[in-house]
Amino acid sequence: MIKLQSITRTFHMGDQAVYALNDINLQIDSGEYVSIMGPSGSGKSTLLNIIGLLDQPNSGRYELDGKPVTDLTEIEQARIRREKIGFVFQSFHLVPRLTAAENIELPLILGGIPVEQRQARVQAALQAFELLQRAQHRPSELSGGQRQRVAIARATIMQPSVILADEPTGNLDHQIGAEVMVLLENLHHAGTTLIIVTHDRELGARAHRQIGMRDGRILTDQHS
Amino acid sequence: MTLPDTLLTSFRTVVSYRLRSLLIILAMALGVAAVVMLTALGDGARNYVINQFSSIGTNLLVVLPGRAETSGSFLGAVLGQTPRDLTLKDAQLLERLPQIRRYAPLNVGAAELSAANRLREVTVLGSTEHLIPIRHMKLAQGSFLQQGSERSAQIVLGAKIAREFFPHTQAIGQRVRLGDNRFLVSGVLAAQGETMGFNTDEVVIIPIDHAQAMFNTTSLFRILVETKHHNDIEPAKQAMLAILKQAHDGEEDITIITQDAILDTFDRILHALTLAVAGIAAISLIVAGILIMNVMLVAVSQRTAEIGLLKAIGATSSDIRRLFFAEALWLSLTGAMFGFLFGQLGSQLIRWAYPQLPAWAPLWASIAGIAVAVITGIVASILPANQAARLDAVQALGKR
Repeated sequence: MIKLQSITRTFHMGDQAVYALNDINLQIDSGEYVSIMGPSGSGKSTLLNIIGLLDQPNSGRYELDGKPVTDLTEIEQARIRREKIGFVFQSFHLVPRLTAAENIELPLILGGIPVEQRQARVQAALQAFELLQRAQHRPSELSGGQRQRVAIARATIMQPSVILADEPTGNLDHQIGAEVMVLLENLHHAGTTLIIVTHDRELGARAHRQIGMRDGRILTDQHS
Repeated sequence: MTLPDTLLTSFRTVVSYRLRSLLIILAMALGVAAVVMLTALGDGARNYVINQFSSIGTNLLVVLPGRAETSGSFLGAVLGQTPRDLTLKDAQLLERLPQIRRYAPLNVGAAELSAANRLREVTVLGSTEHLIPIRHMKLAQGSFLQQGSERSAQIVLGAKIAREFFPHTQAIGQRVRLGDNRFLVSGVLAAQGETMGFNTDEVVIIPIDHAQAMFNTTSLFRILVETKHHNDIEPAKQAMLAILKQAHDGEEDITIITQDAILDTFDRILHALTLAVAGIAAISLIVAGILIMNVMLVAVSQRTAEIGLLKAIGATSSDIRRLFFAEALWLSLTGAMFGFLFGQLGSQLIRWAYPQLPAWAPLWASIAGIAVAVITGIVASILPANQAARLDAVQALGKR
């Protein structure tokens, strides 16, 4: 469960303070499928980064699974990112030097998982995302859809309870994008909390709960 | 992230940036190789000089007529022009000293040697049988004038002289003429080559009495003294000074040089020289370190998005820092190892090209070279590693 209370995030542009997030109150239950929509600059990515503990709010309180996380140390926050949160990015963010299998293995390495377990889990993930044929290929040798599948496999390899996807289909054509959405929605069906940031209305409408943002505030919050 | 994983991951990074890594490793390797080879040369020169000194005798003291002042140079000591001469009687006084194993009075001059229709100018040493062991010379054939037979007109020829005068016949037993006197060849020196600029292959040795008569002098050029043990050198020197002072009416008009003192001086000078060249070579290691720092800084800005990603999937700042440290460690360690190998190989080539130069890199230099390389590499990576660790994840992810 994600619970945000009076979260504010400001950036400074010269002398002026700009509110990226202005007094956000939000609760997302475990297993929900939420889309966050809004024009660029509305603060939707900042909200996602704060939920993912990549960014720190200037004020407010954030509870994850009943525990306050804003005051945790850098090391403890890294641990939560590793174990509870999976990120999927618009531009995939794969390490170009590493093969598909090695990219998927990265979170396991950071988690200090023993080598034998790593191999088995990476194999299982490659199979689940139909990447077995591409395991030893580098990102430059993969198609866009394959790259995003690798990224999703990497985001889920630690079996996180929350998947945060920032414009996951933004760099993909319509059909491939739809396939990726099916993969993400399958994760949601398996019980994972899925939060997608997008400015594509059609995509946003697929979520069971749609949050609309503008100027750092939540404008609409509707369940469908 | 476990330590083996950190090392393995950074090792893969090093391997994947092949050209960049090879160039840094090469720079590091050249620095270490320079340290190893230059110290090998320096230490080789030092050992060469020490060997040369040892080859002219061990536990050696040399008595010179005249006094060398404690400051400044006393020209008389060098030229042998002194108010009071050093005589054979002085030399015989030294025999009583318990620390002394043997001594050899020495006169040096030049004379014409002729035999078998050949003629040449030779350096003539006048001495006793002890000269041979004290100066570490060896007889190839025959014998030197035995004790008590100093007065008999016998001569020992240097190896080259013997070869020149008697190329086809046995030199021993031949009669030769030296100056106006006739001598019987009693021995031939073994070929030794040049040591300390003095070639024993081109001298002849005759009994001291004959030498003094031939050169019409009663004074000695030197007395060479060999002590029984290394520890005896200093007491022997003091005792000899006392005896000779007494014999010279209380006037201390002789100088005693110990081989040890000269050797020590050379040893210190050449050791300092070795250190100096090692230091100069070490500068190239620092340069290599700066190169590593530069390359790592470039790597941080190149891999900004990657660092952001690592943070997003759960890397701590110290994970990132350690990854960059480990990368620098691999580069400098590999460079140091190759440098050590190159250096050893180079020293081997020097030894092969100049067999008389024992160009072995001293252990301290090899260890110091490798250590300085690794430490510079690590120190150079502190700044880039910290920069990488401090990167803001969100901003880093925004970079492409």
